[in-house]
Amino acid sequence: MPAALPPNPDPVLNVPITPELVRKHNLLPEEYERIKNLLGRDPALTELGVFSVMWSEHCSYKNSRKLLRGFPTSKADPNAAGQVLVKAGEENAGVIDIGDGWAVSFKIESHNHPSAVEPFEGAATGVGGIIRDIFTMGARPVLLTNSLRFGDLSSPAAKRLFRGVVSGIGHYGNCIGIPNVGGDIYFDPCYEGNPLVNALCLGVLRHDQIKRGTARGPGNPVYYVGAATGRDGLGGASFASRELSKESAADRPAVQKGDPFMEKLLLEACLEMMAVPGLVVGIQDMGAAGLTCSTCETASRGDSGIHIELDKVPQRETGMNSYEILLSESQERMLVIAQKGREAELEAIFQKWDLHAAKIGEVTEGHDMLVTHHGVPVVRIPAKALADEAPLYDREAREPAYLAGTRAWTPEAAKLPDLDLAGARDALPQLLAHPTIAEKRWVWRQYDHMVQAGVALLPGGDAAVVRLRLGGRERLLAIANDCNNRFCYLNPKRGGEIAIVECLRNLACTGAHPLGMTNNLNFGNPYKPENFYMMREAVAGLAEACRAFDIPVVGGNVSLYNESPSGAIDPTPTVSIAGMVDRIEHVTTPTLKTGEEAFILLGGWPHELGGSYYLGVRHKLKTGDAPALDFEAEKKLHNFVRQQIRAGRVAAAHDVSEGGLLVAVSEMLFSAHKTFGADLDLRPAAEAAKAAGRPFRLDALLFGESQGRIILAIKPEYSRALLRSAETAGVPAIALGEGQGEAILKVVAPGRGGEGTLTITWPVGKLRETWTDAIPKAMDNT
Amino acid sequence: MSVAIVQFPGSNCDYDALYAFDSVLGVPARFVWHKETSLGEAEAVVLPGGFSYGDYLRCGAIARFSPIMAAVKEYAANGGLVFGICNGFQILCEAGLLPGALVRNAGLQFRCQTQTIHVEESTEQFNRSKLGARLRVPIAHGEGNYRIDEAGLDDLATHSQILFRYCDATGNVNAVGNPNGSISNIAGIRNRAGNVFGMMPHPERVVEAFHPSVDGIAILRAFLASRLVVEQPGLSQPIALAE
Repeated sequence: MPAALPPNPDPVLNVPITPELVRKHNLLPEEYERIKNLLGRDPALTELGVFSVMWSEHCSYKNSRKLLRGFPTSKADPNAAGQVLVKAGEENAGVIDIGDGWAVSFKIESHNHPSAVEPFEGAATGVGGIIRDIFTMGARPVLLTNSLRFGDLSSPAAKRLFRGVVSGIGHYGNCIGIPNVGGDIYFDPCYEGNPLVNALCLGVLRHDQIKRGTARGPGNPVYYVGAATGRDGLGGASFASRELSKESAADRPAVQKGDPFMEKLLLEACLEMMAVPGLVVGIQDMGAAGLTCSTCETASRGDSGIHIELDKVPQRETGMNSYEILLSESQERMLVIAQKGREAELEAIFQKWDLHAAKIGEVTEGHDMLVTHHGVPVVRIPAKALADEAPLYDREAREPAYLAGTRAWTPEAAKLPDLDLAGARDALPQLLAHPTIAEKRWVWRQYDHMVQAGVALLPGGDAAVVRLRLGGRERLLAIANDCNNRFCYLNPKRGGEIAIVECLRNLACTGAHPLGMTNNLNFGNPYKPENFYMMREAVAGLAEACRAFDIPVVGGNVSLYNESPSGAIDPTPTVSIAGMVDRIEHVTTPTLKTGEEAFILLGGWPHELGGSYYLGVRHKLKTGDAPALDFEAEKKLHNFVRQQIRAGRVAAAHDVSEGGLLVAVSEMLFSAHKTFGADLDLRPAAEAAKAAGRPFRLDALLFGESQGRIILAIKPEYSRALLRSAETAGVPAIALGEGQGEAILKVVAPGRGGEGTLTITWPVGKLRETWTDAIPKAMDNT
Repeated sequence: MSVAIVQFPGSNCDYDALYAFDSVLGVPARFVWHKETSLGEAEAVVLPGGFSYGDYLRCGAIARFSPIMAAVKEYAANGGLVFGICNGFQILCEAGLLPGALVRNAGLQFRCQTQTIHVEESTEQFNRSKLGARLRVPIAHGEGNYRIDEAGLDDLATHSQILFRYCDATGNVNAVGNPNGSISNIAGIRNRAGNVFGMMPHPERVVEAFHPSVDGIAILRAFLASRLVVEQPGLSQPIALAE
């Protein structure tokens, strides 16, 4: 039996490990037994701390990893463009080929719990962390996006969090000079007290620049670069792996403080260092679980041992003990394994940038992670035990009881009255004023979205598009984020599928074809069977949709325990898909250009109400089944839209999503240069309903959120040709009417039950005001 | 001869500026690291945007102590052309090369948007007949609120030192068109001699067809073609001119 470690130089750490201490470290009794078996002895307190962070959900994915194995991590078609060069889970972030020897690396990561407690710093450091994940790969970051979720905006707490998070994201991105180009934001009471802050970064690199987080070659020096270590963020990874409670405010020391200026220097210095051939053996950022995680993971990947001396770690507080130094999550730090004999080259680069570069240890023979403090061993653990041997669980799953009821709900059975003329007239501005649907300019005007001078499609479109110059050639990169929590709450599997397919639809609307997906799984406590069921189903939905469209998953993040005293959040697997547009002329926006365009609805008339914002806003209902989804029809639709864009026929394209058909049409009229009008005839919808053997509902036509619908605005002279092409392509296409220079929206629709007709008109200027002012008004700041 | 673009720690519009001069205008441009003490042979100097030294203390307050700033001051004193954009403008004010100061936006929030600016009659290059009455140029700053005392403001007006004012989309210089609370809607100024220029909007971000406008090209050209408007006492050499 291996001998116990000698006493720790700090006497407070020399305490017997009691069941109470184990519990406080969020470890189960059986996990503690596993630790003892792996070590062959009792762990010291510092070692217990090290295991607790490495085996937290945040680092080990112990409750989700088995589910994640269902994701495709490479392309099924080995000859298709966009092959995966570094797979999900292998490194800090995945890498996908984009041709000509270039590649992109991107990933999304959550900072939900820190943001709930300290919104500005929590969100800012979330951005900082994901940027480090990307430049660690050797990539230069070129864009940021984010997926944010808050409670109802009428609540003062939600406003405070919204204001703080947006400001924190802006601060970090603006300072470091990476444009925040897009994202998605939803407001729903389920996020009250537990906001979601998922930040994405994408970088570009040449294939030969890909770096690995590997420690290899005994004798190679291990460097610590960047900011000094303090007591902030102590145990942040395990903090993120618990439910939020009233006491969470007392966790404030577990929230890190960000310094984007330091990170900018670190970014430039690291990229400069990585550009020197052969200088860097491995590199990893110190994110969650800080020094502990980077040390044991690099050793484990390199199949090596590693020895670090804590006395050499730059510290900004005095008297820190081994537990504190190892578990600190101070920001803007990296671990670099350099080639022995080239230390001076590395140090010169960091000196130029006025940064610490401290040699804190070296790669060793064997497989142990050895940490010494004042010359005394304080941690000796097989690196693989920490990094790869965390327990993996299959949790119990049980369908939540409410699902049987919501799934069976229909408007007919519920005797939900359909809209009349006045109701329809009122519903549109009500929906446009919902903060989820309303304009988000209040948010993105606080983000520098134009730095790097590459944004080709401003925030607010269906997807963001950024122009890059790579090796003298122009490339257009698109990115879309999505996840409608209501659909996931009502049908987790289909909700997951819809998240993927809506992202793909958004990309198609901007003229892009997809490359790969990253996701952030935000769920409740997995030890509650209903929560685990929702996660299992949603992940299955994501995986199935990815396989159907041959979209590889290049990485992501799992955030569990998203619960506040009022309960778990809706399942929210946020998805982001990157894509490419072939030519700048193909970049397509959602708004009309002249007002003379014809509107063509692709995919058929909307007719489902389940999970719609309309039900929420008008009837205070969150019920029904998620709308139907047809992968084959979607593929035809997306291909058709891209083909029509390439043919130069499309002036504007927009998908039908939250708020339904009329919200989508309205948004198409709100051009940056002018407010347009439209004259639409929806009467054939009644006939179509009859032919399909279903009752006609006006509310479902105008505001239902049926999937697979895209509206094109085209020059009227292309109408016949486009309708013919659609027929050939097998895509249902309906001419809806024409745009108008005068800002009036006029809709002729079937009356109730499909009998008679209704004519509804709205002044579009008023609609736009409602849409534009909703968020600034709520935030008392126009 | 080339345009020297000074890189401070935290500069983040340095590459955009380099590209605009070098690739769009076809004027050779290169970086000069802030720890250098010489600018080398330069026909003009640009201080680009960013967050030099993380904006600690005050925007531009630390950058003015960078070793290269002594060379920039000497270069300006000799009549050389100097242009500060956004953070570069803040640094020039802190360094005393331009009058006034830039403080937190009146609305307290960072603002990024394409902004219409009204062209003032200032020099042979910066005027409405050369540049047009209105330009559309992006702003992206949290501290672009230009402040100067009354005497200083009178001075700026008397000597035609105001280059641009913020305005609404139709060209009216008014409160609605003022994104940050700047006094007299001032968006850009020059020194009395006419060789040091500063503006908060980013001309280097509007130089290509897919950008919100291409108005930056005319502004950067006007800068490069500038010549002294008043004789400067102690001027030891004539300024370099780019034709």
